[in-house]
Amino acid sequence: MISFEGYIAIYIVVLAAFTGYEIISRVPVILHTPLMSGSNFVHGIVLVGAMVALSEANSLTTEIIGFISVMLATGNVVGGYVVTERMLAMFKKKGEK
Amino acid sequence: MSAFITSLMPNIITISYFIAIILFILGLKGMSSPVTAKRGVIWAGLGMFLATVVTFGDPEIAHIPLMLIAILIGGGLALYAGKKVKMTDMPQMIALFNGLGGGSAATISAVELLRTTTTNSDALMIITIVGALIGSISFSGSLVAFLKLQGWMKKSWRFYQQKLVNALIFISMITFAIYVVLVPNNLWLLSSLFAISLLLGIAITVPIGGADMPVIISLYNALTGLAVAAEGFALQNPAMIIAGTIVGSAGTLLTQLMARAMNRSITNILFSNFGENTSGSGETTGKMKSMEINDAASMLAYASKIVIVPGYGMAVAQAQHKVWELAKLLLEKNITVKFAIHPVAGRMPGHMNVLLADAGVPYDLIFDLEEINDEFATTDVAIVIGANDVVNPDARNKKDSPIYGMPILNVDKAKNVFAVKRGEGTGFSGVQNPLFFLDNTHMLFGDAQGVASKLIQTVKQF
Repeated sequence: MISFEGYIAIYIVVLAAFTGYEIISRVPVILHTPLMSGSNFVHGIVLVGAMVALSEANSLTTEIIGFISVMLATGNVVGGYVVTERMLAMFKKKGEK
Repeated sequence: MSAFITSLMPNIITISYFIAIILFILGLKGMSSPVTAKRGVIWAGLGMFLATVVTFGDPEIAHIPLMLIAILIGGGLALYAGKKVKMTDMPQMIALFNGLGGGSAATISAVELLRTTTTNSDALMIITIVGALIGSISFSGSLVAFLKLQGWMKKSWRFYQQKLVNALIFISMITFAIYVVLVPNNLWLLSSLFAISLLLGIAITVPIGGADMPVIISLYNALTGLAVAAEGFALQNPAMIIAGTIVGSAGTLLTQLMARAMNRSITNILFSNFGENTSGSGETTGKMKSMEINDAASMLAYASKIVIVPGYGMAVAQAQHKVWELAKLLLEKNITVKFAIHPVAGRMPGHMNVLLADAGVPYDLIFDLEEINDEFATTDVAIVIGANDVVNPDARNKKDSPIYGMPILNVDKAKNVFAVKRGEGTGFSGVQNPLFFLDNTHMLFGDAQGVASKLIQTVKQF
């Protein structure tokens, strides 16, 4: 882990952290809740990891845990999307019906 | 799949993950402005779809039928819950779905830790375990937040030496974590570690009062992001590392912004046991005066400037449509009507904005605390609809009040205040509100929707 690749990973984390900070730093209060919901949806990327984990499962126990993991992650993804989308759908422009 | 495509698959997956990350960033950026917000969520959604679909193309992916069943069950339930939930219940749904993500991160690490019989490099193993701990805390903590906001768990458990107990749980969690690193692949050790970190999540969240819940949910959102990033390291998956870190840092900043809006620090919220000693502070003198709907309606009809201050009570009663109908009626009479929104009114920052947008109230009638606070002095009637702590003058005047220092809407400066409230009880934080006892305050008891409907009927007659 502590290798060239390890350092690359640290670069990635630091840059990603700055990106996240930049994205949020000038957000009006009105969008705090939708944005929290949106970022909640984005960490649903954990689904990809859950799929890999289930694939790698090599015993009944790990298969069950992996299955639960995929199920929870999909809940995060689908629920996060639906809720965010519904919330943002209400931000109509004036006159738009 | 042909051998050629199979050999290309790792590259296709890498590139797709890269595109997905770009879409996430653009999506979140889009969501930070009302104009592009709708586009933003679609972009992020496309990124997620792409990342998920290409993962199925990974030559090493196995258990596909099992995977599809899990996706159908989890996705189906979440779709149903997400579509069915009322707008007013959104905050707890966010908490719930966030908890699921944390749980998923924790279970990933469980699989990783149980699967390998050979010892991983220690650094990797430590990161995996850290992800497991954070994920578990976020999972159980978010579920408690969900139960509390849903009203299924009413009490805020507080007991003697609670902080000490929490510290002990924390220390034992760290101790077990070290054991797990030293003795890998032991189911019992691992189960205990997960049990302890789940317990810690519960113990942290249970004493927290409802008014602080949004900040806590935002904090758990950030934590889930970090847990996902940690598991990204464990699985060597850059999409998870980057997306998780972005959510982690964005969520941390969002948490700070929310805490700042309440003039409190995050540590203060986590460890102060807010509202514990408030029962004694109810030395307010005077009596609440209730008012007849007829009198209230006539005052509204002959006012020249009205400011409406919505709070959680409006959300509970689903009264936003009726309130807007009333406002439109008053606007037709050439009365100036404005909506004043406190940053933390309701259960989440922006909660009231979302509800008013749902009812169709145009942006230009809605004002922030800073924009409108000086205007209350020239306001004929301020209508407080189910808001309480955010209009409590004690926050400005009374040093020993638990909410002292929180910026409030200066409703008490208005010439008249109508407070729509279900009963005489204290608000969510349990703090008594002297506003309701002021000479210029009149209570309109009843649920917000009922009172608004009656006002509409009556105002029409003037």
